[in-house]
Amino acid sequence: MSSRRIAAISGLLLVALSAGASPAWAQKGPIKIGFLTQMTGGGAAVGKDMSNGFMMSLEEIGSQIAGRKVQAIIEDTQGDPGQALTRLRKLVESDQVHAVAGIFLANEGYALAPKVDEYGIPTVWAVVSADDLTQRKPTKWAVRTGWTSSQPNHPFGEYVTKTLGYKRIVTIAMDYAFGWEQVGGFQRTFEENGGQIVQKLWPPLGTTDFGPFLAQIKRDADAVFAVMVAASALRFPKQYQDAGLKARLPLIGGGTSFDEFVLPSLGDEAIGAISPLIYSAAIDTPMNRRFVKEFRTKYGKVPGYYGEASYSAGRWIAEAAKAVGGGVEGKEKFLSALKKVELPDAPRGPIKLDAYGNPIQNIYVRKVEKKDGELWNTVIHTFPNVSQFWNYKPEVFLKQPVYDRNYPACKYC
Amino acid sequence: MEFWVTQTFNGISYGALLFLLAGGLSLIFGMMRIVNMTHGSYYLLGGYVGLSAIWRGGNFPLAILAGALVIAIVGIVEWNAFLKRLGGQELGQVLTTMGFALIFQDLALIIWGGDPYTIPVPAMLSGAYQIGQLYFPVYRIFIIAVAALVAVLLWLVLEQTRVGAMMRATVDDPEMARGVGINVHGISMMVFALGALLAAVAGVVAGGFVGVYPGADFEILPYAFVVVIVGGMGSLKGALIGSLLVGLLDNFGKALFPELSYFTLFAPMAAILAMRPTGLYGRA
Amino acid sequence: MIFFLLLVAPPFLSSFLLTLVTQALIYAIVAMSLDIILGYTGLASLGHAAYFGLGAYSVGILATRYGAGFGITLPAGVFLALAVAAIFGLVALRATGVYFLMITLALGMVVWGLAHRWVTVTQGDNGISAIPRPDLGLPWSLALSIPFYYFALAGFFIAFWILRTIVRSPFGQTLVGIRESESRMRTLGYHVWLHKYIGFVIAGGVAGFAGVLWAYYNGFVSPVELQLATSVEVLLMVALGGRATLIGPALGAAIIVFLKNLVSVYTHRWLLILGAVYILTIVYAPEGILGAIKWRPKKVKPKTVGVEDLTEGEIGGSV
Repeated sequence: MSSRRIAAISGLLLVALSAGASPAWAQKGPIKIGFLTQMTGGGAAVGKDMSNGFMMSLEEIGSQIAGRKVQAIIEDTQGDPGQALTRLRKLVESDQVHAVAGIFLANEGYALAPKVDEYGIPTVWAVVSADDLTQRKPTKWAVRTGWTSSQPNHPFGEYVTKTLGYKRIVTIAMDYAFGWEQVGGFQRTFEENGGQIVQKLWPPLGTTDFGPFLAQIKRDADAVFAVMVAASALRFPKQYQDAGLKARLPLIGGGTSFDEFVLPSLGDEAIGAISPLIYSAAIDTPMNRRFVKEFRTKYGKVPGYYGEASYSAGRWIAEAAKAVGGGVEGKEKFLSALKKVELPDAPRGPIKLDAYGNPIQNIYVRKVEKKDGELWNTVIHTFPNVSQFWNYKPEVFLKQPVYDRNYPACKYC
Repeated sequence: MEFWVTQTFNGISYGALLFLLAGGLSLIFGMMRIVNMTHGSYYLLGGYVGLSAIWRGGNFPLAILAGALVIAIVGIVEWNAFLKRLGGQELGQVLTTMGFALIFQDLALIIWGGDPYTIPVPAMLSGAYQIGQLYFPVYRIFIIAVAALVAVLLWLVLEQTRVGAMMRATVDDPEMARGVGINVHGISMMVFALGALLAAVAGVVAGGFVGVYPGADFEILPYAFVVVIVGGMGSLKGALIGSLLVGLLDNFGKALFPELSYFTLFAPMAAILAMRPTGLYGRA
Repeated sequence: MIFFLLLVAPPFLSSFLLTLVTQALIYAIVAMSLDIILGYTGLASLGHAAYFGLGAYSVGILATRYGAGFGITLPAGVFLALAVAAIFGLVALRATGVYFLMITLALGMVVWGLAHRWVTVTQGDNGISAIPRPDLGLPWSLALSIPFYYFALAGFFIAFWILRTIVRSPFGQTLVGIRESESRMRTLGYHVWLHKYIGFVIAGGVAGFAGVLWAYYNGFVSPVELQLATSVEVLLMVALGGRATLIGPALGAAIIVFLKNLVSVYTHRWLLILGAVYILTIVYAPEGILGAIKWRPKKVKPKTVGVEDLTEGEIGGSV
């Protein structure tokens, strides 16, 4: 075959592609929201919870806001920040969405943030909790309706010293930004209230066998604070118990370690574990009871914070769109509407944003208990109106570096 | 002292798990020189099948059996329909087995959803034996026992049976074996199925320990390759020593140099290969 | 011909498609570089993504930490890739066939492990973001997609020209001879190892070049670029397009990039489809697409080596 033929075929291909790709222009068509999450790969279950929660919020309002139809376009980031960027490009340039929501992984958030500002597309970070996205590296065009990784742990550090009475704690957390930020927030208030972190362990992301780390835990501490996510949250409590530690050292942890996402698959080894988070399926308000019942009926599982956060994100966008009378084409106005939304009756409780675009919300201290043969996160204490800065002045807080492996330093190690 | 004993025990139990996983790969590699990217998928699917067996009311041994048989069949089909004709074509093997790995990954997502699960283990395998201040989880002992049993069985088959002799002959010199009248294709198929079966057993056994979840296939694959490479391809003894070595290296590496954890694993592997391209006990 | 089409394409394509073609061009460079060692020398490497990643990370680190411009990041990225390939080549080329696959796998994983865990330098899993597009002092800002497309296209042409020159040269012909029979070449007096080594290092350097472009394209670098699956994907691009043709791997890259990005729009089951493509390629088009349509590159010189047992699509190998 001659190179001329190849050229002809390639040319035809290019033309065909461009023809198929020209967008159909509808003048005042539906409100289009792009929802980005991981639908395939390791985090696929989280992605499903997120998209389910988001879609549920839209379906509840009949997929209509201010007389306009709402169309959600769900895109798969494949857990790859590069792909997330490509999907964002597609949503903004090809699908011409009016807003973008979703995102779960920190690296996806950081990858998208500069692009979001470049496009000037109103964005709602639904789940991604990387601290700096609303702190030292804020995105002008984004608001967050979820949480920051350190947010629940600031009050928790205080709770642990004052209410639980633990003074010496070993932390064991997955060795990446989320783990660092969770431990950082905890350590700060814990030590400010007289506690001492005596050891910090950092199993690498993807550790399946915690043996090497469990063996190192100082046995003379008062408790162990564990930050685990998804699959690691599933296997850690059992290994902890089998290593004989549960009997000696009570297990407390970050909220994701005992989240509703893994509770159904955990066994009795998790009972008694105390952790803080922005949500618990066991919150006893009419709004939450209804939400949990509906989610469970529709999707067959109890919602965890992934589902709730995405649901609230959907409601958030709906409120903002209503506030601008459905005129989401006016991006600047839509963005400021997003920043002004308040949800007094989200399933997790009241939410409003601080000046940096992050929620001020309740933080629930929960304890894993068995009810009717199922494990639930019973709420044992509520901290109301907690911001990402806790009791610190934002300017002071922001002067310090973001929490990482070595900050705050382990003074008592 | 407590630290060293516990770490050594952990390293051995992890090595035992790796042996179950990599032993099969080592055989497949050694015999057919097939770079099997699907091996992680056998591990994953085995775990899922075992999980389903338990959900349907089966018990733990049944789960292992179910996983083993189903995946052995999958392996046979994959080999017969596709891999058989790719002898000597490394690129073709890598790509074909990778294709299957991707397909299986998606199928698993479709069938079992994306949530992580653990395989419920019988009560007698839970808990730990306590000796003084030392705890030895029963399940880890179980893993070591299973691996030891498999190692012994494999050795018996390979060294003491006719079929085993035929297998060894095929590994050493396929052309001669064919010349002597050994059904090389049949033997190869059996070895491949055996490798897949072992990976599936590893999947069920590990399922009770680390859980069954999407992504486990590609997570475990590099480890399996490391064991095979370090131990030497096609050598059972090599696989055993390789897995123990990797298990201990990984454990102590994570305990002593956690920042360099992957490095402590792959760098020695590269170093060993640099000195002995066929691995510690492999033969070219 | 095709090159002309590439030159005039931008106005006809939607913005999103244009970014896909840009991606395809960059991956085409990687695939072509792999073709040097896979197609022309006959060595299948499972760690090629490492050099791609090294180039990308050089840009990521230098541009964001030290504000380095293109004039520094480009040579730095390519040099780093060349240097690492030079070191790895010494280790890897002691083996062939399956063992070469394994060693390159191991070496690739070492680099991946470093990217993942050396957090102070690479930011680990979070990756390095906000990499600004290079400022070349041109009247058009590279931050816009059309100018950047031409930037990538220029990179593609340069890489293609370099590789084609190599492949058409006596050096390239020697590589082909080595692929066909090392012992024969050795008997004829060629320094086989040196040829393989140089080919390996050059391939790494070109892949590093692609990595530099990629970092600028995405504005973001993460360990995903270095993982095993990426290396395998590049192998697929070469196999799919047709080995030892240079154009083939470029075509393969384009197909895979479009497949991954467009198919996943219509179905979440794109992994299944990708997996099927892997298998179907080997079953139905083991010589790749260009091989299947019996496309042979124009030969520059007459056949020099006895080639009795070569298949149709592999003769010559020069473009």
